[in-house]
Amino acid sequence: MNHCKEHYDIIVIGAGATGAGTARDCAMRGLSVLLVERFDFTAGATGRNHGLLHSGARYAVTDQESASECIKENMILRRIARHCVEETGGLFVTLPEDDLGYQKKFVESCLQAGINAEVIDPAIAIAMEPAVNKDIIGAVKVPDGAIDPFRLTTANVMDARNHGADILTYHEVTDMLMESGRVCGVELREQRTGQKFRVRSSLVINAGGIWGQRICAMAGIKVNMFPAKGALLIFGHRVNNVVINRCRKPADADILVPGDTISLIGTTSSRIPIDQVDRMDVTGEEVDVLLREGIKIAPCLAYTRILRAYAGVRPLIASDDDPSGRSISRGIVCMDHAVRDGIEGMITISGGKLMTYRLMAEWAADMACRKLGLEGRPCRTAEIPLPGSETPEPETGVRKRKSHIIELSTDQKAAQGRHGTMSAEISYNADEDDALVCECEQVSVGEIKYAIKKLHADSLINLRRRTRMGMGTCQGGLCACRAAAILRDETGNPPAALEDLASFVNERWKGMMPVAWGQTLVEAQFMTWLYRGVCGLQPHEEACECETNENADR
Amino acid sequence: MEYQIKNISPNNLEQCIKCTICTVYCPVLAVNPDYPGPKQAGPDGERYRLKNPEFYDAALKYCLNCKRCEVACPSNVKIGDIIQTARIRYDKRPVSLRDRMLASTDFMGKMATSMSFIVNTALRMPLTKSVMDLTLGIDHHRSFPAYSSETFESWMRRKAPDQSRFPRRLSYFHGCFVNYNNPALGRDFVKLMNAIGYGVSLLEKERCCGVAKIANKMVDEARRDARLNIGSIRKAVSQGRPVIATSSTCVFTIRDEYPHLLDVDNADVRDSIQLATAFINRLVDEGRVKLVFRKDYRRRITYHTPCHMQKLGWSIHSVSLLRSIPGITLVPLESSCCGIAGTYGFKKENYAYSQAIGRELFDRIIEAGVDLVATDCETCKMQIEMSTGVKVENPVTILAEALDVEATMKANGVI
Repeated sequence: MNHCKEHYDIIVIGAGATGAGTARDCAMRGLSVLLVERFDFTAGATGRNHGLLHSGARYAVTDQESASECIKENMILRRIARHCVEETGGLFVTLPEDDLGYQKKFVESCLQAGINAEVIDPAIAIAMEPAVNKDIIGAVKVPDGAIDPFRLTTANVMDARNHGADILTYHEVTDMLMESGRVCGVELREQRTGQKFRVRSSLVINAGGIWGQRICAMAGIKVNMFPAKGALLIFGHRVNNVVINRCRKPADADILVPGDTISLIGTTSSRIPIDQVDRMDVTGEEVDVLLREGIKIAPCLAYTRILRAYAGVRPLIASDDDPSGRSISRGIVCMDHAVRDGIEGMITISGGKLMTYRLMAEWAADMACRKLGLEGRPCRTAEIPLPGSETPEPETGVRKRKSHIIELSTDQKAAQGRHGTMSAEISYNADEDDALVCECEQVSVGEIKYAIKKLHADSLINLRRRTRMGMGTCQGGLCACRAAAILRDETGNPPAALEDLASFVNERWKGMMPVAWGQTLVEAQFMTWLYRGVCGLQPHEEACECETNENADR
Repeated sequence: MEYQIKNISPNNLEQCIKCTICTVYCPVLAVNPDYPGPKQAGPDGERYRLKNPEFYDAALKYCLNCKRCEVACPSNVKIGDIIQTARIRYDKRPVSLRDRMLASTDFMGKMATSMSFIVNTALRMPLTKSVMDLTLGIDHHRSFPAYSSETFESWMRRKAPDQSRFPRRLSYFHGCFVNYNNPALGRDFVKLMNAIGYGVSLLEKERCCGVAKIANKMVDEARRDARLNIGSIRKAVSQGRPVIATSSTCVFTIRDEYPHLLDVDNADVRDSIQLATAFINRLVDEGRVKLVFRKDYRRRITYHTPCHMQKLGWSIHSVSLLRSIPGITLVPLESSCCGIAGTYGFKKENYAYSQAIGRELFDRIIEAGVDLVATDCETCKMQIEMSTGVKVENPVTILAEALDVEATMKANGVI
């Protein structure tokens, strides 16, 4: 899976949404691209957010520029990433304790930014979304939605690869190659073997998110990132089908987003030291805050089972001393270090947010082309759909398993939702292919095989991010060992299969631990019996080295 | 932790910890790989249906509603209810004429008993069976139970001995099968209850319990019947008469399906609705009645536990009563589904599954070499008789047959 050339036009560091988007954009413009990532796609902030297709309304009052970027990208993503987006619509509700006066200013700001915000009767809002607090005194309808960051990033990476880019995951940048004051490549360490090697390039694009500060430091560049930790909770099933926001100044736990089979409440915001960004543990206080505030917008959260908790770091570039990090601009920062620091050969793209990943990529690729003297290669990412979203409707003709049942099986429908038109590549030729690996999230053997062959996955954690395997109610209790067997069969001899299984189970447990009560605790206990008691999996001191640093994500 | 202290969620699907025990106990999954099984059709599928109703899987129609999954579940998930509710809520296909006919037991019974001779003859004819198979999709292997020329209700009103002379009173929920097909069981029930000092009266009005209509998605009709039944039951209970039935499925439906599937509240009368064998056995246990049996009654029998009886947990009552008959040799029989599940097995598309589900049970019954199988469910009776050739009777009939009526009456101070 991992091979690369000696020299590239561009090396993109970081396979989050921004890095993947940048790799795609550059590759589509005909550049030779290497995308390197120290873990897996979406292992950083991309995999640890709300999955909210922002309308921009949330930023309208404080940051017009971000708001108008959001609504533009929102409309583009609905088109180019159709299979990653769910058009749920969104509400901004005013609770009795909130100031209804804010609503007017809010709506005005939205309209000014080009966001179609419409004041509606609270009764209509309650009818639209029965989970919302029945005591609301105001409601505004906005074009929010849900977006799956895993699918979005994977689709970008796949399309970059389709355009000739090479992909190296589990390769950490350990040093910058510097020659006469300019960056001319990177030194990489293969995480699994520890082997180091060098790759040269005309330009390095640093899309390392919060870790970008460290990347810059390797080139002797000083950048101050502003790490703001945000924690979220995942509920076991959908409690709402419309995004619910609280109509007030952005504060803790004021957005409830439906995402695939679950709902997410978030976020908190707390400043953390930069050296803590690899330790994202959710605290009891954060869980309390999320529940206390979450219950106000959707009272059913008081008793709905919580699957897990996770936290991400907003990769913002510090611009002032605001201690909360909220009033900071979500604006995009695209830096040519030749101009800023006098160091040629490197660009840092940061700030922004998931919603604007494509625009960030466009800016970075524009700058790269300019620097490489390749003007006149226009960005086409706003028009050309991502793989999976090509045609208006998913292709028909998927083999129906049950001849006497007129419709697709649940796992086939789920796979269509996850992979869009690409789901046609999932084989259902053998009965076994339609057997389920992950029962909670309806992932079939065929889909796992497809992910291994086509989606750059060779570990269980990779497979989870590509398919949702292990993201459901039982958090990997039943699917992990089944998927491990398929991995073995498909890849021949995967490295350290038992360690892979153990680190997968451990990662799931990390996310369950902060909310381990009620049935979630029972579930975790049951999983322990299964893996230790039935399967004989032993707890081990050192989990696979390359994954120990990986925190719990969605 | 300040919130979620009690963590008792009304979202019953969340109680599932994916242990998958239900899957092992599902009789359908064992024979039909197209059925997703209780866990996936129930709590797992519900998560997807909450996301989008289009995830409703038509294969849920294969669920027997036997509730064996619920009995097996250690986490108290109402799996069967989740599946039935999903069928009712999301399956938008219209109810077919065939399903409507099968489910409308009252209507069909009334029509058939009025011309029972012709109907019975016709239903026995291979030609009729073929025509019904081809036009309606009612499997030709099935025999409809013969319709009686006189309903049980009309017998009660016109011919039953005076019931007012007995010291205690109860109301009998006879059900459609007793009324239209097997009034003999009703007569046996009256004989038995009279012998222990209970006068039997009919409910003011009785309609089908609704089990067949629920299974065939005729929920509005089922709800109407349920409201009427509960009204009659409430009246009987308020007049001091418990309501006793001889069909385990009728009792189960009225007690346990009315509130959550049909939204008909029965909390005030639920405890007063009892199955005959459970009612009598408790009286015997408490020493309040005595049963005296004939010395010359000799039978080798076995007891089949209907699925709904398993769910009620009451087979112990039927078995205990049968055991108390001195002349009976009771052969133990493992509890498993016979496969018919009411109207399910009559449908052509289900016939093969129905028989495959019951196969082991049939073999065990034949192997047991019994004179008679006892069971509290009328459709189990049809299925086992058709598939094994062994005669099946309700325990009440067996008790009534074995009873020394005069001695029992004396022992209970009735005469």
